[in-house]
Amino acid sequence: MAADLRPEVVLLDFWVSPFGQRCRIALAEKGVPYEYREEDLLNKGDLLLRSNPVHKKIPVLLHAGRPVCESLAIVQYVDEAWPDAAPPLLPRDDDPYARAQARFWADYIDKKIYDCQTRLWKLKGDAQEQAKKDLIEVLETLEAELAGKPYFGGDNFGFVDVALVPFTSWFPTYEKLGGFSVEKCCPKIVAWAKLCRERESVAMALTDPDKVYEFVQFLQSKFGVKQ
Amino acid sequence: MTEGGELKLLGMWASPFVTRAKLALQIKGLSYEYVEEDLGSKSELLLSSNPVHKAVPVLIHDGKPVCESSVVVQYIDEAFAGAGPSLLPADPYERAVARFWAAYLEDKLVTPWRQVLRVKTDEERAEVMRQTIAAADVLEGGLKESSGGMGPFFGGESVGYVDVLLGGMISWVKATEVFSGAKIIDAAKTPLLAAWMERFCELDAARAVLQDVGALVEYARALQARFAAAAPNN
Repeated sequence: MAADLRPEVVLLDFWVSPFGQRCRIALAEKGVPYEYREEDLLNKGDLLLRSNPVHKKIPVLLHAGRPVCESLAIVQYVDEAWPDAAPPLLPRDDDPYARAQARFWADYIDKKIYDCQTRLWKLKGDAQEQAKKDLIEVLETLEAELAGKPYFGGDNFGFVDVALVPFTSWFPTYEKLGGFSVEKCCPKIVAWAKLCRERESVAMALTDPDKVYEFVQFLQSKFGVKQ
Repeated sequence: MTEGGELKLLGMWASPFVTRAKLALQIKGLSYEYVEEDLGSKSELLLSSNPVHKAVPVLIHDGKPVCESSVVVQYIDEAFAGAGPSLLPADPYERAVARFWAAYLEDKLVTPWRQVLRVKTDEERAEVMRQTIAAADVLEGGLKESSGGMGPFFGGESVGYVDVLLGGMISWVKATEVFSGAKIIDAAKTPLLAAWMERFCELDAARAVLQDVGALVEYARALQARFAAAAPNN
């Protein structure tokens, strides 16, 4: 009987995607070996299209061939499918309230950050100014939630940190596009980002901020946004 | 695990998101105090319990608030795990599938649909309904995949997480058909969803909680008039 040579865990991803990075961080935190596959988003592969027929988007996690889609669903899946691999990303079952808090903030991040940052690079004039205001408001809300804690979940790196940290590579891009300082408005978030980057899982996953900015400039030229 | 504890739900009768919370509470057989909010004049309790969104539903359990309808439903399922059936399955892969469809429902069906009363022109209205109906089409496939042929619900034989999230929208599905003529769930196009809706409405929890469609139609028409009269930048 031939051995199944398929890797057990495969991640279909795109180098600069903050959503893909969430999954990479979760897998690394749990010590789950996986194969990373870079997708060409202009020429999507068969496996991606078959695995995520609804959205045709990365990230997609394939576990023994079965696809999981949506980055936060993937992160929760990784947490639950490898329950004995420390640390738990979501608070444990015996603390439903803490779990609810984690989900609330992950949901908030999902609803707000990507939309604001996209409007910030795609739009100009008043619309861009509004995007900047909205983004600052979001960061300030997160700053207030972080308060004096080392991580969003408290003493331990967890779900909300995973959800937010990939966007921290975009901070210098926000600053260049919006003409403001993230550190000035949200010093705790900046300190938290530094702390997270000390973790190998995060350091390995995040894109260099200069490369993020280059990528955004590429997007702007592609979409005909005057720079 | 708290034996009951004090449960309070801040809501607004027309809100489908509040209906989701009520359905979950009903399915779990939980008693709670319901507080109807005037969203034009929000209570101090609402503003202090949900400072980020200032929206309903808010579930307050022993004084601690939980916000966002999908988070509230999951919280009810987990905090009262012993009471009534589980809304989310135990298997991690099945849970991931449920979360996928919950996210799809929110991003692709609810998001455009929410615009239907706000947009000004017939063209815009037609476009948001087109998007909503296209999403229902995809959701039909999701229902087939999720139920695995085991039953009428996303949860299979019994009601699950996605069923509750979509169930909260049912009276609005029917109301939308009345005031816009557009069928979001059409037995001819999405037969599984149509059967789902019929079966869901037969549940005790649904009978107890789903809003009167006529009242919603009146409410929707008044809301639409208010949006139309409002200044363009509102």
